[in-house]
Amino acid sequence: METTQLRTEPFVINLGPHHPSTHGVFRMRVVFDGEVVVDVEPMFGYLHRGIEKLAEGRTYTQIIPLTDRLDYLAAMSNNWGYVMAVEKLASVPVPERAEYLRIIVGEMMRISSHLLATGFLINELGAFFTPLMYMYREREKLLDLFDMLCGQRLTYNYMRVGGVSHDPPPEWWPAVKRFVQEMPSYIDDYENLITTNEIVLSRTKGVGVLSRELAINASASGPFLRASGIDWDLRRDDTYSIYNRFKFDIPIGTNGDVYDRYMCRVKEMRQSVRIIEQALQQVPKGEFRSNVPHLIRPPVGDVYGHIEAPRGELGFYLVSDNSIAPYRFHVRPSTMINLTTLRDLTIGWKLADLIVIFGSVDVVLGEIDR
Amino acid sequence: MTVALSGKGVAEEISKRFPGSVVSSDEMTIVVSCDKLFAVAEFLKTSDLTMDYLVNLTSVDYVDYFEVVYHLVSIKRNHSLTLKTRLYGREKPSVASVTPLWRGAELQEREVYDLMGITFEGHPNLKRLLLWEGYPGHPLRRDYL
Amino acid sequence: MIDIDNLKAAAQAGQTTFPPDWPGANPWLHALVYIVAIIAFTLIMILAFIYAERRGVARFQLRLGPNRAGPEGVLQAVADLVKLLLKEDIVPTLADKIVHLLAPVVATFPAMMIFAVVPLWGSGALLSDLDVGTLYVLAISSFGVLGVFMAGWASSNKYALISAMRGVAQMVSYEIPLVMALLSVVIMAGTLSLNGIVDNQDIPYLLLQPLAAVIYFLAMSAEVNRSPFDLLEAESEIIAGYHTEYSGMKFALFYVAEYGHAVAGMAIFATFFLSGWKGPVLPPILWLAIKMLIAFFISFWIRATLPRLRVDQLMGLGWKALLPLAVINVVITSIEVLFWPDGLTMWILVPVNFVIAAALVYIWSRTVSLRGGRVEIRTRTEIKTA
Repeated sequence: METTQLRTEPFVINLGPHHPSTHGVFRMRVVFDGEVVVDVEPMFGYLHRGIEKLAEGRTYTQIIPLTDRLDYLAAMSNNWGYVMAVEKLASVPVPERAEYLRIIVGEMMRISSHLLATGFLINELGAFFTPLMYMYREREKLLDLFDMLCGQRLTYNYMRVGGVSHDPPPEWWPAVKRFVQEMPSYIDDYENLITTNEIVLSRTKGVGVLSRELAINASASGPFLRASGIDWDLRRDDTYSIYNRFKFDIPIGTNGDVYDRYMCRVKEMRQSVRIIEQALQQVPKGEFRSNVPHLIRPPVGDVYGHIEAPRGELGFYLVSDNSIAPYRFHVRPSTMINLTTLRDLTIGWKLADLIVIFGSVDVVLGEIDR
Repeated sequence: MTVALSGKGVAEEISKRFPGSVVSSDEMTIVVSCDKLFAVAEFLKTSDLTMDYLVNLTSVDYVDYFEVVYHLVSIKRNHSLTLKTRLYGREKPSVASVTPLWRGAELQEREVYDLMGITFEGHPNLKRLLLWEGYPGHPLRRDYL
Repeated sequence: MIDIDNLKAAAQAGQTTFPPDWPGANPWLHALVYIVAIIAFTLIMILAFIYAERRGVARFQLRLGPNRAGPEGVLQAVADLVKLLLKEDIVPTLADKIVHLLAPVVATFPAMMIFAVVPLWGSGALLSDLDVGTLYVLAISSFGVLGVFMAGWASSNKYALISAMRGVAQMVSYEIPLVMALLSVVIMAGTLSLNGIVDNQDIPYLLLQPLAAVIYFLAMSAEVNRSPFDLLEAESEIIAGYHTEYSGMKFALFYVAEYGHAVAGMAIFATFFLSGWKGPVLPPILWLAIKMLIAFFISFWIRATLPRLRVDQLMGLGWKALLPLAVINVVITSIEVLFWPDGLTMWILVPVNFVIAAALVYIWSRTVSLRGGRVEIRTRTEIKTA
């Protein structure tokens, strides 16, 4: 690469599997010209556990803990997507109370996941953990609620084919109500600190722009897609469960830069609080799981079931041959597909921006590598 | 709500354009022969149906044949379709890559190549994705373990 | 305004509180007393700064901070030091051994050398009252660059190299606004000697020179690599920057050196802008310590709150914003000093300077923008793996 007077050579750096800010074991081979990124090649596979092959030897209910470990920061969504796919395949009805519980827990999971994603994005901007600690305070409350519900803080194993596994204890409902009442003021706190901060604006506005056409062509999904201005959300456009009973907005960005992705996630948190409020008022009494045999034998066929997980469209493709275990189990990893355009997003920016753009894509290696 | 297009209806249209390409079809799926796959995919994308979003690309190993499954969605018109193709012969199964049409297929086809051993012609960068170069075999095949 | 001849005569007549050869006849005794005092003061202030930062930043982040080692955690730094002493000293194979060894040393001693000209507990209480004290301070503080660069270069690690390059660029380019800011104080005080500057500060120069104080604070934060200019050790990007490959006692020396630079920078800030050791009831050295701690509080308050700048934005801030403002400030100060009528009290200058400073900052915030920064890459690089 020649400039007018000096002859400089690009050099290769390996942002290796062990790095404080690659959200897991993710490796990028980056070619730099000084500080400017000239080429990026992502390499993953360091967390590959062979979940798709493992699932071929397990019954349909035994796969649920495996799905927990896919996107381990939003485990409820994984459970829900998988369980919905099996219910579609085997035509299992789900009682009303279970649907409401799933929605409440799913939206709580969305808030928790977005808190983490946003907190770490601001951390990578250099704000030295302060916004992260504030967001973690709320996330701890959510994790305590999950602990009260199903005994787990990270890998919940809560959904079952045909419902959920436990009914919440009676002290759970007022705790959720209290959380929902105080959450909007906390979100206001975070926004006060970050949204109009001049340094945040100058480091995120216009950085890592993903154009509309490329977003659709590269099969982006989730807040990553919506920040580029495309109005596509599975909760409204391909409604599953009982989302059509709730009123909520879908936040859309304008430019597709890092700032828009951050704002989309913050606004989605507010909308999730709204959904939980509405759901809490409508929860009926009833059973929380329909009568499903222990060993489910769906009819021969295949199904693709998907949900709007916090990070994108998480889909499960199941092929069944009428036995107790699936013939083929495939996960559509939303974050891996979102990473397709990493090179286009980061070329021309500097090392600091590379980290920030990568943080705004919000990856979890468990889902990429399976 | 995303409408699942009727496989039979689309199959008729495709048979008119590319005679002999459709192998079978049912309510949500069409199965095309593997040499006509790229043409059919291009037709689905550029025609009135505007399938501009590739949702999922995966493969299944039925022991007699490999099946590559494409789930397509049109964001503009909000309908979906499943496209399948079958590859016979276990030695070197290969099919045309749809990466020039939908860039989202890039990493998913690499993963299929890595774990199932199906080669995609025309892919810009067909390397192993999750396993390392030199790994013996393709794990997701039925005869691997 | 300032009667320099009178001041010199007074000093020679022994009317400063501590004459230049205090405490006694032997110059070696003078040197010994002050060297011990400086080393003790620096080390105690470094420990105090480490403690203040860790507890203070922790409270900003809704947590407690270290409170186990010693009463309320005051001995945490000592515990860390002992732990680091017992660690293995790992040197990379391809590292330049001598440079790798000397880098922490070169980084540490300038911090202490600055205190040779800072008055500690009274007028004249310094190791040597150089007439060119400010020049000495600025020269020594430029030394800090050398330690960073030696560490980054000798580590044979690409992350450290990136950090060293950033460090050199950042520190060299923030020298000029720093010099200009101190220059306006020198013009107003009329003397380069730090002792004279403190003696002349009836009104703290923070009030008389607000713009210079702000520029100095920012430029000093950049020199000392504190947030928001701490991209030399930006943990989220280049892991630990120039001291990635250091372990054991050498790392402890870098840690001490970082806070040592902060101590020196805050001491200069307290001396130039907050009137040094002056203050009512408490002993003067305690006043100096308190003022340094207040300045440091602002520094770690910024650290806990703001994200950091990217390297080109940092350069843009230094060259496009701080430097012109500093130069304009020097011009305005010169005009004020030259044409100030005799006998008029200096307190009138306070609101005048504040208004001028506010207007300049407002104009600059509207015109200078740090956004953007994408470079067009036209060719696709073919890299052959070696």
